[in-house]
Amino acid sequence: MDVSGLRALRRARDRIDRDYAQQIGMAALAAEAGYSLGQFIRVFCAAYGETPGRYLTRRRVERACELLRSVNLTVTEICMLVGFSSLGTFSRRFADIVGRSPSAYRREAARLGGPAPIPGCFALMWRTGLPAARPAGAVRPAGRSGPPAPGDAGSR
Amino acid sequence: MINGVSIVSVWVLDQDSAKEFYTKKLGFDLTTDIQLDSGMRWLTVRSPGGSGQEFLLADPARSMLDADTAVQVRALVAKGALSPGVMATTDCRADYETLVERGVEFLQPPADRPYGTEAILRDDSGNWFSFTQRRVAEPGQPG
Repeated sequence: MDVSGLRALRRARDRIDRDYAQQIGMAALAAEAGYSLGQFIRVFCAAYGETPGRYLTRRRVERACELLRSVNLTVTEICMLVGFSSLGTFSRRFADIVGRSPSAYRREAARLGGPAPIPGCFALMWRTGLPAARPAGAVRPAGRSGPPAPGDAGSR
Repeated sequence: MINGVSIVSVWVLDQDSAKEFYTKKLGFDLTTDIQLDSGMRWLTVRSPGGSGQEFLLADPARSMLDADTAVQVRALVAKGALSPGVMATTDCRADYETLVERGVEFLQPPADRPYGTEAILRDDSGNWFSFTQRRVAEPGQPG
């Protein structure tokens, strides 16, 4: 695909990253990028390795993970905040991606304590999975583990 | 011994547009814009208030890369896969407002992180940068 086509796809994906909490219509997103819905899903997959719908779900779940770790809101509140309209769907999608329920994820995060080992920006940009998908916390005695944070050197 | 980083290369899709974006929108200073005999246009900018580090805004198609590789690098830039680094700010929220007004695209508004306040922006080519105001570490507290 040429550079202008890729750029249009990137803008569509950026829109998902920015507006994940809103109801994002895939047909509208496709039209903005200059495609029919079917074509859009196909070329998005070719460029990023997953459908735009799946990308949106991962983005919402990743935001939910951060909220579960860091803020004192109920699971239902967090589910709505990140853009899901049904708790059942949220819980299923969350478990599909993270491997456990939102409450179990939160309990584990609380048990491990401390700030999240992965900086938010890396969690946002990570294509390969969420921090919780690997047992990083399990081998975290006192300090932080995980990849170096941007601007992290010497900040402690 | 090594005493710093002087130039970091940033692949861009269009050097004229990048020059405009980095100087007019981000407020970098233009440091060099010359044509080399090799065909490469050496275009560098320096961040305001920095201690001298520069970005080399390089066009893959007019660089040391072979043609096929240049096409691949341009595709990676355009699809938003590359991240050259972190830009530092002393006031992330205020600067965010200023930059948005100037038309800079942000992927993420300022948010509190364990290490500071961070937003994420894209340059005009598609490179993403963290835009971070570092938290001043308190003794005994994790950064």
